[in-house]
Amino acid sequence: RHPLGSCLRGCRGLSQLAELPDTHQLLRQTCRDYADRELNPIAARLDKEHSYPAKQIQELGAMGVMAIEVPEELGGAGMDYLAYSLAMEEISRGCASTGVVVSVNNSLYIGPILKFGSEEQKQQWITPFTTGEKVGCFALSEPGNGSDAGAASTTARQDGDEWVLNGTKAWITNSWDASATVVFATTDKKLKHKGISAFLVPMPHPGLSLGKKEDKLGIKASSTANIILEDCRVPLGNMLGPRGAGFKIAMQTLDSGRIGIAAQALGIAQASLDCAADYAHKRTAFGSPIGKLQAIQFKLADMAVAIESARLLTWKASLLRDAKKPFTKEAAMAKLAASEAATFCSHQAIQVLGGMGYVADMPAERHYRDARITEIYEGTSEIQRLVIAGQLLKEYQS
Amino acid sequence: MGSSTSLVPKSVTAAINAHGFGYFGCPHTFGQVGYRLKRTEQYIRVKPDNSSVVTDGVKHSMNPFCEIAVEEAVKLKEKKLIKEVVAVSCGPQQVQETIRTALAMGADRGIHVEVTGKDYETLGPLQVSKIMAALAKKEEAQLVILGKQAIDDDCNQTGQMTAALLDWPQGTFASELSLEGDKIKVVREIDGGLETIKINTPAVVTADLRLNTPRYATLPNIMKAKKKKIANVKPADLGVDITSRLEVLRVDEPPQRQAGMKVETVDDLVGKLKEAGMV
Repeated sequence: RHPLGSCLRGCRGLSQLAELPDTHQLLRQTCRDYADRELNPIAARLDKEHSYPAKQIQELGAMGVMAIEVPEELGGAGMDYLAYSLAMEEISRGCASTGVVVSVNNSLYIGPILKFGSEEQKQQWITPFTTGEKVGCFALSEPGNGSDAGAASTTARQDGDEWVLNGTKAWITNSWDASATVVFATTDKKLKHKGISAFLVPMPHPGLSLGKKEDKLGIKASSTANIILEDCRVPLGNMLGPRGAGFKIAMQTLDSGRIGIAAQALGIAQASLDCAADYAHKRTAFGSPIGKLQAIQFKLADMAVAIESARLLTWKASLLRDAKKPFTKEAAMAKLAASEAATFCSHQAIQVLGGMGYVADMPAERHYRDARITEIYEGTSEIQRLVIAGQLLKEYQS
Repeated sequence: MGSSTSLVPKSVTAAINAHGFGYFGCPHTFGQVGYRLKRTEQYIRVKPDNSSVVTDGVKHSMNPFCEIAVEEAVKLKEKKLIKEVVAVSCGPQQVQETIRTALAMGADRGIHVEVTGKDYETLGPLQVSKIMAALAKKEEAQLVILGKQAIDDDCNQTGQMTAALLDWPQGTFASELSLEGDKIKVVREIDGGLETIKINTPAVVTADLRLNTPRYATLPNIMKAKKKKIANVKPADLGVDITSRLEVLRVDEPPQRQAGMKVETVDDLVGKLKEAGMV
């Protein structure tokens, strides 16, 4: 009955920001150990050879990391989004490419099916994708539109008991390694974004082909390519969610995906800070370790503040989502803050390392290259600002 | 099902000593301790009064050989050769975290033997063995598996002492373990190679590096570990006196590594070694 008591009960989520529950601490440590021992030692080679970490993805699948939110009955780990954020940050700290493979599978492929799929669709399209043996991808962007998702020009027309898909999707992460995709296509261009629907397409599949692998600046171990649909036929039952709900499905999916990418960016940022701080201890100049110089100290402090702020935003967005409260604004804030922290920290890490930061002997240059995409995909920083402003203005209106 | 289960007594329990934290980042260690250095390395420093090493703020985790012991016990349970795995650790509140890790790997329940403060600082293999022996009797364990040694003190004594106190056979430095009827076959790593022995149960086994590769806890098991019980006991409850019979006089860092020198010929090498009084 005490008002403070009921306030504290409601603050359980907030206290988790200060200290994680035991299970989550153990999860975080487990993922960190895995990343330190299995991902960190191979990350440079994966980047250099552009090679997909198939073995590691399977091992992560066995741990339950490829389907963290999926209920156990469907083969997942049955944990919450806070757990997902923690796992994503630790995995990405070891290898950012592996992180994005995990994130796309969890948030962008399994996410919408879990939320909008029928029981049958969940069994068919989620369960085989929980073990790490198969991964999925998310095909929304096109050569003609990225941020302007409503302008999708990929079409779907009904022909008997099949949907026939035509069009090209661009920048699809995991495309060359995926066994299925969620594709967004319009059944009626006149309805604009209300005409878009979501479809499940297995890969490989007749009528679906892949463009060349993009030669990216970073996250090189994950494949990115066009998906080309030419009279690609799927059964009617492969529509995901109601007809015309595609845009809504995409936007809601990206809301959650943002938390995953925020966590990936945090991992890259943290790895950059680790690298810089370690170097500051060891490198001497003018007779002392450079960590004694204020110029270096200020950089490290700024990096740490940027990371911790973004991390708390990410956890808050996760906690809100787990409590089934609105989290769109917080997720956008988290993604914006974390991606800008990643680019800032990786930039400063190179500066702290000086010449050593510019060569492949040290991981700083890879973090710099990996960080850059986090400000672009799953909603550019500009789009995040629009989302945040939109939510904010609504709050002030009432 | 089948002959393998019926040959083993039904009331088999395995107790694991998760005592012995590994400190990360000893500055002069290499090889198997070296690889455990985390990306954020923590350097071990000796306290200014040379009484011991600084432990405040140093990241602790399960001793690697104990991890191997837990893994072996869980594997035996998965093969249905044993009934229950009990993870034991002696120390302050923080060891509960280590026990939880063992539970997440597949142990069924935990026992936290509370030892704090000065008592914990002086807790050594003899005291731990007395505790393990008392627990093994109380729990009617058929098999006690421990890590061969802790990487902080490198004593390599607890397993042997536990077996002696219980008057049980011991299979130490195990690189292979199999249950054959009511006996245990242990392949031991010894200086000369590999030695295979068969010992009666109940027995004590200590795990060596190549016994297995410990699993990463799966996320579902981390969730399940939350519900598993950890019992709290004190050494006095077990009738064990943990007063130390040793007094640590001094702890020093190893000497700084000196630069080496290069010589041209074998004769020069022998000459230099003779000069240094080494041959």
